Amino acid sequence: MFDIATQLFEGQDIRFGPIDYEKDPEVESRWTHNAGFMRLYEFEPARPMSAAIVKKQYEKLEKKIDEDKNLYHFMIRAKADDRLIGKAVIQRIEWANGNCSVRVGIGSTADQRKGYGTQALKMLLRFAFAELNLFRVSANVAEYNKGAFALMRKFGFVEEVRRRQALEREGRRWDLFVFGLLKDEWVNQVSA
Amino acid sequence: MNDILTGKLIRLSAPDTDELGRAFSKWSRDSEYWRLMAGNPVTLHSAKDAAKSFEKDVQELSLDTYFFGARTLADDALIGEMTLEVENWTGRDAFIGLSIGERANWGKGYGTDMMNVLLRFAFTEVNLRRVTLTVFEYNPRAIRSYEKAGFRHEGRMRKILNRDGRRWDVLFMGVLRDEWKEQNEHTN
Amino acid sequence: MRDLFRGELVRLTSEEPDARARIEVRWPLDTEFHRLADGDPAELTSQKKLKEEFEKRAEGGFTPERYFFCVRTLDDDKHIGFLSLWLDLIHGDVMVGVGIGERDYWGKGYGTDLMKLCLQYAFMELNAHRVSLGVLEYNPRAMRAYERAGFRLEGCTRKDLLREGKRFDSLWMGILREEWLQQQNGVKP
Repeated sequence: MFDIATQLFEGQDIRFGPIDYEKDPEVESRWTHNAGFMRLYEFEPARPMSAAIVKKQYEKLEKKIDEDKNLYHFMIRAKADDRLIGKAVIQRIEWANGNCSVRVGIGSTADQRKGYGTQALKMLLRFAFAELNLFRVSANVAEYNKGAFALMRKFGFVEEVRRRQALEREGRRWDLFVFGLLKDEWVNQVSA
Repeated sequence: MNDILTGKLIRLSAPDTDELGRAFSKWSRDSEYWRLMAGNPVTLHSAKDAAKSFEKDVQELSLDTYFFGARTLADDALIGEMTLEVENWTGRDAFIGLSIGERANWGKGYGTDMMNVLLRFAFTEVNLRRVTLTVFEYNPRAIRSYEKAGFRHEGRMRKILNRDGRRWDVLFMGVLRDEWKEQNEHTN
Repeated sequence: MRDLFRGELVRLTSEEPDARARIEVRWPLDTEFHRLADGDPAELTSQKKLKEEFEKRAEGGFTPERYFFCVRTLDDDKHIGFLSLWLDLIHGDVMVGVGIGERDYWGKGYGTDLMKLCLQYAFMELNAHRVSLGVLEYNPRAMRAYERAGFRLEGCTRKDLLREGKRFDSLWMGILREEWLQQQNGVKP
């Protein structure tokens, strides 16, 4: 079934879009000043970033996308008012083997728990399997990230690897999990 | 303080990029060498290209990345290479990799010795808390060698490698510093 | 998990280059501030040059060794100081540099709150084994703040500073992870 008409980048309440250099740096800068968000989205130590730094990161990112050709980066915007609410990334694409890794982040606490992450991941998986024709998608999840675990379960990702005590935060060690979803598993889900 | 660079059969040596380039160019003509070690498609390398690529690696060496040649103690021959890449400083976890170039040198205990020296370096010099490695499911010799060195199985990424017309899993193995210390206290 | 960037009186931020330059250009003019914070002679860099420096640093990206924050007050949102941490990757020692450039905010608890955030970040996010800092002999206010935070005097480099014709010592202080954890156990976060 060739579904050419259904929009890849339009969801129920959200849409995927490019970086808006005028508006986005300041919004993302605000997210980075929230240590809670940074500690869930990044494994590295949390750091706040000025809009100037975020803008430079966007420039480097677009250059990398252009040169390495193994990365897709989507801004998640609310359909209602085009507000920036998060990011959705497909990275570390290995074309010869058909693999990639995905990441989704919803920046502000007010936007969390509204189902936006679920909608974003749904669109991201369709892009990876039905447009990039990849064979499998992975995700790295820290033991303390309950929200991400719930998202993995919802989409039928299989828990594959447990890297014991690979992370340390808040004075204790945590495991790092790798989840994987194969194309057939996604297809079955989608047609069910 | 022990000589941290020397094992029972081999020693860690500085990467001489020209020599490594020549060696690697020769080793990679045996496609099994490449296919056991790397996930991207096999290609052939001239000594000059390989040397240039190693030169780039050496220039990028920092506190994050360690790159050594392995030379035999018996006759100082360069038989393989080893890398240690810190993945996460706050977690103190690094990825480790090694390869032995010529099949004549496989199955002789060099790999085990290389791993022991590298683990000792990782845990007592770089002060890491754990070491991770990945190995292809079709490389049972390496898997056994890593099990002997103390690595535990931590899972597998399913069907991640597409080779020879079928899909293969990549196994993850990891060893914690406390586990390694305990194991070494028993053997010494 | 605790909020690493927010204390009770101050919060840690990353400021825009021009806003930061506008504020920080004034700090070296306050000789008392400069001489308490820094052993080197003050440089009166232009606001323009400062802004360019900050913009250049924004380009450079981050290394796992250096962590830098500006400090803002919670009540009146003023940019009053800085906090920098250098992490020794191999040994887990963090070296701290800290200063409050606005003298109206001295002696009011802002420094103490800042040191609390500093140690929290060093031990709970950078996973340091110890935190070190240096302080000049003629800065007793800072020394007291550090002692209150749990730092102990570890050593001194005698007479290594020459100012106004007199010689002064640099003092070195440190706090170990175990010491900080024990201190924390007395007070639940």
